[in-house]
Amino acid sequence: MQTNEGPAAGAGLPALDDLAPDLSCAFYRDMLTARLLDTEAIALQRQGVFPAYVSLRGQEAAQVGSAAALDRERDFVFPTYREMAVALTLGVDMVGYLASHRALWHGGLYDPMASRFGAVNAVVGGPVPHAVGWAMGERLAGRRGCAISYFGDGASSEGDVHEAMNLAGVFHVPVVFFCQNNQWALSVPNERQIAGGSVAARAAGYGMPGTAVDGNDAAAVYRATREALERARSGGGPTLIEAVTYRVEPHSTSDDTTRYRKAAEERAWRERDPITRLRAAMRAAGHAGDGFFERAEREARATAEQVRDGVSAAPEPAGEDLFGYVYREPTGELARQRRVWQEEVLP
Amino acid sequence: MTETTMAQALNRALRDALAADPDVLVYGEDVGPLGGVFRVTDGLAAEFGAERCFDSPLAEAGIVGTAVGMAMHGGRPVVEMQFDSFAYPAFEQLVSHVAKMRNRTQGAVELPMVVRIPYGGGIGGVEHHSDSSEAYYAHTPGLRVVTPGNPADGYSMLREAIDCPDPVVFLEPKRRYWDRADLELPVRTESMDRAVVRSSGTDVTLIAYGPMVATALETAEAAREEGIDVEVVDLRSLSPFDDATVAESVRRTGRAVVVHEAPMFGGYGAEVAARVTEQCFHYLEAPVLRVGGLDIPYPPPKLEEYYLPSVDRILDAMDRLQWEADWFPEAPPRPRADAVPLPCNDSAGASAGGSDRSRSEVSAWAPSRP
Repeated sequence: MQTNEGPAAGAGLPALDDLAPDLSCAFYRDMLTARLLDTEAIALQRQGVFPAYVSLRGQEAAQVGSAAALDRERDFVFPTYREMAVALTLGVDMVGYLASHRALWHGGLYDPMASRFGAVNAVVGGPVPHAVGWAMGERLAGRRGCAISYFGDGASSEGDVHEAMNLAGVFHVPVVFFCQNNQWALSVPNERQIAGGSVAARAAGYGMPGTAVDGNDAAAVYRATREALERARSGGGPTLIEAVTYRVEPHSTSDDTTRYRKAAEERAWRERDPITRLRAAMRAAGHAGDGFFERAEREARATAEQVRDGVSAAPEPAGEDLFGYVYREPTGELARQRRVWQEEVLP
Repeated sequence: MTETTMAQALNRALRDALAADPDVLVYGEDVGPLGGVFRVTDGLAAEFGAERCFDSPLAEAGIVGTAVGMAMHGGRPVVEMQFDSFAYPAFEQLVSHVAKMRNRTQGAVELPMVVRIPYGGGIGGVEHHSDSSEAYYAHTPGLRVVTPGNPADGYSMLREAIDCPDPVVFLEPKRRYWDRADLELPVRTESMDRAVVRSSGTDVTLIAYGPMVATALETAEAAREEGIDVEVVDLRSLSPFDDATVAESVRRTGRAVVVHEAPMFGGYGAEVAARVTEQCFHYLEAPVLRVGGLDIPYPPPKLEEYYLPSVDRILDAMDRLQWEADWFPEAPPRPRADAVPLPCNDSAGASAGGSDRSRSEVSAWAPSRP
């Protein structure tokens, strides 16, 4: 088992030798699109279109590399709230995804069932047992899909995550626990979050393999996730992956990192940028040249702008929607409250 | 007809649901070979196999959390929390995930799941085995909260809960697990959303649910001997609340007492009293009263008889329903209305409530305040 390399993660060039150029090109396109869309989203918050936004900048390799290993037809993703690049890689409707940040609807306005990507969720840790339950269902049905649960270093301290991992170990179900350790749980660093220093090392206690990977190396993340999925699909049970990365932006647009960490640390991690590293590795391996990178940039920008415009122009929900989705059929009391609301509140 | 306990009726409901629908599965702590600490899952693992009925580790948040994922996968999980207080670790799952999933996904994700929770006291349980936790769940939009009061409802309501497309918190009154009824199963009772009048009466409505329905019915018997004709309404569904049945009854009787085991402060009875007052104000002869547990942590078994609402306490509450104007302890004894005509007893005041006692009559007999 590898150990958490901490700040050493993110150095050197990703090794691409066993990857098809098509795959590294796909990583690059998705990572760059996510980066540009993330930048647009921050701008939308500055313009007052989004009340708040949570940037994933710096975590593109961890998200795209892992999502690229998934089988979109049969696997199912259980995200928290910072997995925009996972959603993008899986082809989730990004206007619907960002609708959550525009405060149009809590869980976003994409269809989680059709997208095979659960509703975004701010209660970190809570959705981790959902992934285990989905995997229990898949196993009982005799099918070979896998669930993957995304969570962070902060969530790794939550009791639900412990229960989920223990249940997954006991029931030996096809689930991948994918921890993006971005080193800061809002304002609290790893050393005050993770006793023992490694999330991956905890896997041993649950009887499952655990591995720490350089989360800023898309290829390494892809390989680790693919291996975990293959094991799960063939009946080998759960795996815990800890992708060591860094949140270079504040926790959210409402956060102020100067109160708890040094700018030099952020700068050092910006230099380990996963997109820059992938591009250099692709050039070195001969996977792509200027033509590809220029085209990728153009296409990514066009997609980001299209999504930006789409979410900015998305219609606001109707007030009646307040009453629509609490139960399958509205209760008598809700019908009454709706009537009163129509008379007293509706303009 | 066969004598059937509520535990047996619940067991049969689970068995029939497992047989009827391959998506149904049952899990929780000790529900497998042991059959659950109350034997509600007795024999299910043997009959349906370890894939349909199985033990989980001690992990209530994990049990409810995995049920969410299983329901998203197409299953209809029925999970057991072993005791009321043991369900609290799962509270976050119930409130933040189970209750909100439909809403936060605009109906794209449905969670047809049932969380069974044995609740309430009266069985001599050690600490953390006797809480009445219904108000926490009933306060949460998105959850249905139901509680049967007799074996027939135990069967029918559990079948209905398992078939329901919404998540249901199914509260089982553990002191009534061994109550018996002559019953042929399967049985279909009224829809689980509806309250039911268990005993008709004209003087006062006793509103109860779960473990207190039987106590309310006993009280009605005792009150009848004292000349008070008591109507007993069994709520069955705590959320949604059946306003129509309750209001219809209270408008007829003009008086209401809500009974539950839980502490009174902020309890479910407060919601019932508020709704009854809002909907029946002009029909009420007296304030809606509550009889509940004390506002203390559930006591040790040696003291629980002092804590739990009893027939006597409910009768005492009914005595305070302003049958006479002497409910002020310091008031002079007043003659009965039928013995001495009262000068201020005007018929206009009586017409709203259908009674010969009016509010002005009451105030005429109230002592002057210092």
